[in-house]
Amino acid sequence: MKKRTLLSAGALALIGTLAAGSAMAASTLETVKARGHLQCGVTTGLPGFSQPDDKGHWTGIDVDTCRAVAAAVFGDSKKVEFTPLTAKERFTALQSGEIDVLSRNTTWTLTRDASLGLNFAGVNYYDGQGFLVSKKLGVDDASQLDGATICVQAGTTTELNLADYFRAKGMKFNPLVFDSSEQTVTGFANGRCDVLTSDRSQLAALRSKLADPGSAKILPNVISKEPLGPVVRQGDDPWFSIVKWSLFTQVNAEELGITMDNADKMKKADNPNVQRLLGTDGDLGEKLGLSADFGYNIVTQVGNYGEMYNRNVGPDTPLGLDRGINALWTEGGIMYAPPLR
Amino acid sequence: MSNTKDLPPPKTEIGVVGWCRKHLFSSWHNTLLTIVVAYFLVTLIGPLLNWLIFDATFSGTQPSDCTGGGACWVFINQRINFYIYGFYPDPLQWRIDVMFVLLAVAFVPQFIENFPKRKWFGIFGLTGLPVIGYILIPGGHFGLENVPSSKWGGLALTLILSYVGIVASLPLGTLLAMGRRSDMPIIRGLCVIFIEVWRAVPLITVLFMASVMLPLFLPEGMNFEKLARALIGITLWQSAYMAEEIRGGLQAIPKGQYEAASALGLGYWKKMGLIILPQALTLVIPGIVNTFISLFKDTTLVLIIGLFDILGAVQSTITDPAWQNVTTEGYVFVAFCFWVFCFGMSRYSQNLESKLDTSHRN
Repeated sequence: MKKRTLLSAGALALIGTLAAGSAMAASTLETVKARGHLQCGVTTGLPGFSQPDDKGHWTGIDVDTCRAVAAAVFGDSKKVEFTPLTAKERFTALQSGEIDVLSRNTTWTLTRDASLGLNFAGVNYYDGQGFLVSKKLGVDDASQLDGATICVQAGTTTELNLADYFRAKGMKFNPLVFDSSEQTVTGFANGRCDVLTSDRSQLAALRSKLADPGSAKILPNVISKEPLGPVVRQGDDPWFSIVKWSLFTQVNAEELGITMDNADKMKKADNPNVQRLLGTDGDLGEKLGLSADFGYNIVTQVGNYGEMYNRNVGPDTPLGLDRGINALWTEGGIMYAPPLR
Repeated sequence: MSNTKDLPPPKTEIGVVGWCRKHLFSSWHNTLLTIVVAYFLVTLIGPLLNWLIFDATFSGTQPSDCTGGGACWVFINQRINFYIYGFYPDPLQWRIDVMFVLLAVAFVPQFIENFPKRKWFGIFGLTGLPVIGYILIPGGHFGLENVPSSKWGGLALTLILSYVGIVASLPLGTLLAMGRRSDMPIIRGLCVIFIEVWRAVPLITVLFMASVMLPLFLPEGMNFEKLARALIGITLWQSAYMAEEIRGGLQAIPKGQYEAASALGLGYWKKMGLIILPQALTLVIPGIVNTFISLFKDTTLVLIIGLFDILGAVQSTITDPAWQNVTTEGYVFVAFCFWVFCFGMSRYSQNLESKLDTSHRN
């Protein structure tokens, strides 16, 4: 009897050490390299951010943000696999190590940053909540919405922001809560509510689902700040830096005018900033634990931030979003990245 | 001899007119009902068929091709590959096709009366098919390239989930049912606890626990795939239901059968395997198929843990802003797929029942 107890205690201790050992042994970078691909958590289908196209390939800004990390780590933007996650699952999947990067339309807030054991590695899209109203309502500003019935999706911060906004303004509203975004827009189309609220990046897409998109308009008001960006686990700072600087490299590339097409030509440019970004000068890659040409790989395979933006959500896409505050700081926006040096 | 030859029935009692008089216009309120129902059928079915078929657009490649005003099946057409195979790589999709063909080979004969050796096809479907699937779909053996389960999706994933759930839960459920009726207190106790715990939680909770909570309890770095966790959850949950279904059958067998089997000197397993279970299982076929059908539909719940079964695949793409509102088309397509499979299962069970004649009608 005693022998058995000892034995099982020994076995437990062994399992404990093994488990602890496997957790301690490898940094995320090593794990990712050993696995041969990056595992990236995305949404289950959000236009412009992460959605499978008709061939089953993922497209969107969030997806491309992960591809940039894969390009930096492997020199190959295709070495990434995507795990579709629901809003409820996303943080657990990251905490448990199921994914390496969470790039899932996730708003950077204090609570999430401080209490979930996560680090936000930057912002790849500055979003904000807005309103879509029927034109026949004759409303030009959100302050005229007192007493309105508002279609909103359940279980999101959208619902909370809406309540906050109306309370702060001392106005009343009737929320009409739906389970998914397409139900919300159906409710709006059938006239069950006067107003639809959602992130502004999605309002245009939702409007295009109406039988007559011209019958509704997006109000200029932005009632919340939604900085969206990639997230990593706390406690692995080198990995945190890699994800952070993959995104910064894209923003800096746009600022320096490096594009997918001209990156080869720009390699010969005299500008030392360009040379450092493309890896022809300096040892920036080495400092991150990456190859010297990680910046070149990101820009040639995924593109700079502007290209990524225009390809997925820009004016020529069905979403048709202007750069707005997502323009570079030099062009009136707030997209700003620390220098590569 | 008088003329005994019967006169033919009056014209109004036979043929179409007679049938209509008897069934549709037998009294004034039946006449009224007939007219009202006919009115609704005409006004509803006409537009429905127009939308589904006559005004619908079937061929084309882009949103602008949909001009008919009816359903835009072009959208489904364009994405059918994604809806069936999910993210499974194009050049390897033949593996899924092979599985579809084998599935048909195993189960189509079951619908054909007098098909030679059809019993063996069915047995292959329950034993060989899962084994082949286990080797073929994930790959990684015999020089087959590995396809991680994160790439599985669409209709193929729906079928995998429900098939594994069905095939694994039937034997497991049988054992549990036998355990629950066992005389041995520990086994009985364990079975009762298992069944009552799993049956008392909704499937959505099981999936959520498997997907969100379980990884937190496991040591960091130790992970097994989300799909495997979901499959285990579904199987355990389903086997609890299956156990209760089969227990019903076991209890319906008269005590005399048990006693007669014991009197013949059969041991427990022989008694069960040769005498009791064959009778008990045939008794509860409708119930078993019923739980299969509901499991098949319940697999759509994996949507909430981010697995793209056919419903998830459709839902993730109908928000595509390049297309007008194609929500209805998407959901109609999914409903149709589910209907085909569920109707097939239900026909099969009726087929089986009439063959085994379990209803004690005669």
